[in-house]
Amino acid sequence: MVGIRAFGGYVPRMRLQRASAYAATGWHAPGLKSFAKGERSFCSWDEDAITMSVEAARDCLADRDRSAISRVVLASTSHTFADRQNSTVVKEALNLADSVAALDVSGSKRCATSALIDAFHAVEGNAGDTLCVASERNAQKPGSEGEFASGHAAACLLVSKDNCCAKLLGSHSVSIDFVDHFRKESETFDYNWEARWVREEGYGKIVVSTIKDALQKANIDANQIDHFILGAPLRRVSESVAKRAGVSADAVVDNLNLVLGDAGAAQPFVLLSHLLERAKPSQKIMLVGFGGGCDVIVLETTDAISNARPANGVSGYLNNRDPIDNYVKYLSISGLLELERGMRAEFDQKPVLTAQYRERKTVLGLVGGKCTQTGAVQFPKTPVSVTRSERAVYTQEDYPLAERPAKILTFTADHLTFSPMPPAYYGNIEFEGGGRMLVEFCDVGEESLEVGMPLRMVFRVKAIDDRRGYSQYFWKAAPDRSKLNKSQTS
Amino acid sequence: MASGIRDKVAILGMGCSKFGERWADSSEDLAVEAFEEALADANIDVSQIGAAWLGAAIDTINIGPSGIPLAMALRLPDIPVTKVENYCASGSESLRGAVYAVASGAVDIALAFGMEKLKDTGYGGLPARTRGTMYDMVGVTGSAPGFFAQLASAYRAKYGLSKEELKRSIAHVSVKSHDNGVKNPKAHLQKRITEDQVINAPLVADPLGLYDCCGVSDGAACAIVTAPEIARSLGKRDLVTVKALALSVSNGWELQGSGWDGSYFHTTRVAAKAAYKEAGITDPRKELSLLEVHDCFSVTELVTMEDLGVSEDGGAVKDVLDGVFDADGDIPCQIDGGLKCFGHPIGASGLRMLYENYLQILGRAEDRQRQDEPVYALSHNLGGMPYQNASAIVIVGRGDA
Repeated sequence: MVGIRAFGGYVPRMRLQRASAYAATGWHAPGLKSFAKGERSFCSWDEDAITMSVEAARDCLADRDRSAISRVVLASTSHTFADRQNSTVVKEALNLADSVAALDVSGSKRCATSALIDAFHAVEGNAGDTLCVASERNAQKPGSEGEFASGHAAACLLVSKDNCCAKLLGSHSVSIDFVDHFRKESETFDYNWEARWVREEGYGKIVVSTIKDALQKANIDANQIDHFILGAPLRRVSESVAKRAGVSADAVVDNLNLVLGDAGAAQPFVLLSHLLERAKPSQKIMLVGFGGGCDVIVLETTDAISNARPANGVSGYLNNRDPIDNYVKYLSISGLLELERGMRAEFDQKPVLTAQYRERKTVLGLVGGKCTQTGAVQFPKTPVSVTRSERAVYTQEDYPLAERPAKILTFTADHLTFSPMPPAYYGNIEFEGGGRMLVEFCDVGEESLEVGMPLRMVFRVKAIDDRRGYSQYFWKAAPDRSKLNKSQTS
Repeated sequence: MASGIRDKVAILGMGCSKFGERWADSSEDLAVEAFEEALADANIDVSQIGAAWLGAAIDTINIGPSGIPLAMALRLPDIPVTKVENYCASGSESLRGAVYAVASGAVDIALAFGMEKLKDTGYGGLPARTRGTMYDMVGVTGSAPGFFAQLASAYRAKYGLSKEELKRSIAHVSVKSHDNGVKNPKAHLQKRITEDQVINAPLVADPLGLYDCCGVSDGAACAIVTAPEIARSLGKRDLVTVKALALSVSNGWELQGSGWDGSYFHTTRVAAKAAYKEAGITDPRKELSLLEVHDCFSVTELVTMEDLGVSEDGGAVKDVLDGVFDADGDIPCQIDGGLKCFGHPIGASGLRMLYENYLQILGRAEDRQRQDEPVYALSHNLGGMPYQNASAIVIVGRGDA
């Protein structure tokens, strides 16, 4: 039996308040008023499709053994690199073995559902457990409907033959060059056609007929579907498609428009992951992907669903929010408006690719060293142990630190150094079980930093080299809010 | 068994340029200004100098690599010139080279030089620059105020101080230094400030505000050193001799090991112990007459009082507020105005500190002169960040002490 063994997601902490976006842009496009409700997620300056993928995968894997993973597939229409395997960066950050296969997929907003169907086939053919990740940091023009409708998020599904919490009942795909929007390789923003046509001809016909064919193929009646997931960015489309396809209106899964927005290719995974958090055994789920055709996947939950839980889940990340009502701040953080950066921003961030390769476990995997002679943990791993009690040379073995909890030893909020989102927070931290590092803090909120504050490591962009078009990644420390409330009351 | 440096080397002459935003002057102008003063003070000819050391720290701007810029600026007579760099402790590093050269008997007279032309960057503060390939990948670019500000967070946590209590204490550090700088014509900043001004100034790196930070300036300073008997043969009567030269460089324990709490300088404690031993000082609080410490930031000076053992651990806040380190206190600290008022042309600072101690011991500090005749004076010159640094301590004193 092939299916989904584990699931997880990630939603960036910052949420643009749509009313404030409308207050800033409504003079220009009064029609946006009807979209000015709720909030949408957006990436911090140091987040992209890769970093969100890493967080979604970590959420999915929680404390599970990672050694069974054979493949990492990353689907996005906003891959950071056109030519540098994005999924391989994810693999390095997850500290998976070099023998794990990695594949980037892209091309349309249904690339994630296509990748999932492909993963089912591959796993069925003994390709091994596949981490199927979808992530989207789609750029939208300021003052566009897309800016209001979209959101940034990622989700991850672990496809396996064993212990599945949702098994595959069937799938069906069609490929049709229906161009409702497009974006050429070098372009930043989508070009969109009239929504009424997309709703009628695209969703109303292509999607509805694919659903009917899929149901027939799987030998299931439409009214047997308990949960219907169609992450359409247009309003009321899910409901009308369900109705035309004969799916119960009660089965239509909320598209999270008011709290997240549409995360493009990642949206079907995000909604599925969110749904699986609360799904019961023996429920039938229909998952639809649309773009250049249509994918329909039918799943059924098993008894294992009761125990399958991500670390935080989409709902956990949705609750960890930082409402932003400053539209200019949103534009600046999103790279859509360049505020004066000062001369310190001129510091050359040219990557040193030889060193990055040599030190990739340290830099991308946050792997430190543990001295076999003294037991001391340190970061980074070095030829001579830092232990003062005895001299130990080449005694350290790999010691991954990314999943270890840490706490603050020292901190500051630096207004002088360049940061795309000042002030820059950083300081020294100590890991539970030993090991220290000087690190940047991210996702700092209203609660001020304090010595001893619990932290969780997160994979982020360290520096962006605008001149050469490169992103350097490293780990940062974020306040661990799941422990924060406990430690403050204790 | 090493016998130490005590009284093996004397200072023959010193010079120090005016520190400040020397827009109109090149690094050569600054170098010559300091050097001519030192030559006249030493009363020797340039041809008598056998070797020179140059401390300069920042290569992204400034004078460029090697000892050549100094040799050319001063037209030294084709002698060895060695450029040394140890972050902000580079000035003390050049002194070590010159002093040890004389002590070894390799040369009769040596020159220790420090200079830095920082005001050509186009912005305030020290230049953003690489700290090495690995550091740039896994470290934090940050700023100097950001790194030193962290001392405050750890010190507060260790001693249970409120933000306000600590801020008031470090504010006094800056107010005191400005009071002293007013009396120093070579200081960059010669203006009094109030505690309220310090506390209410804009934040640079929490909790350090504008007046908690030393300025950045251009400057040069130098020392001509020789053996005591040569100094006497050249007609010097009152000698200032080197009593101790100590340097401790972090090996990564603070940053990567375990045990350091972030509130103090491990290296300064190591260097202080070594320096007191070499100088034969057993009770620094009683025996030291003057302190010139590396007050790049007010909080650095505060915790350094404890690292040097002149305040008890946790006692610096009270000592500072009690005025122990004021110009008329038990042990004046930064009686010349310190980095706070001179600014910090990296390579020059260590020698600028020594310059004041030298003048004070010889009774030549004019309006700033300490009335109790100084016997031993300590300078502390720190390079790097609290979690990894080079801490240099130089103790000089009266030749007969």
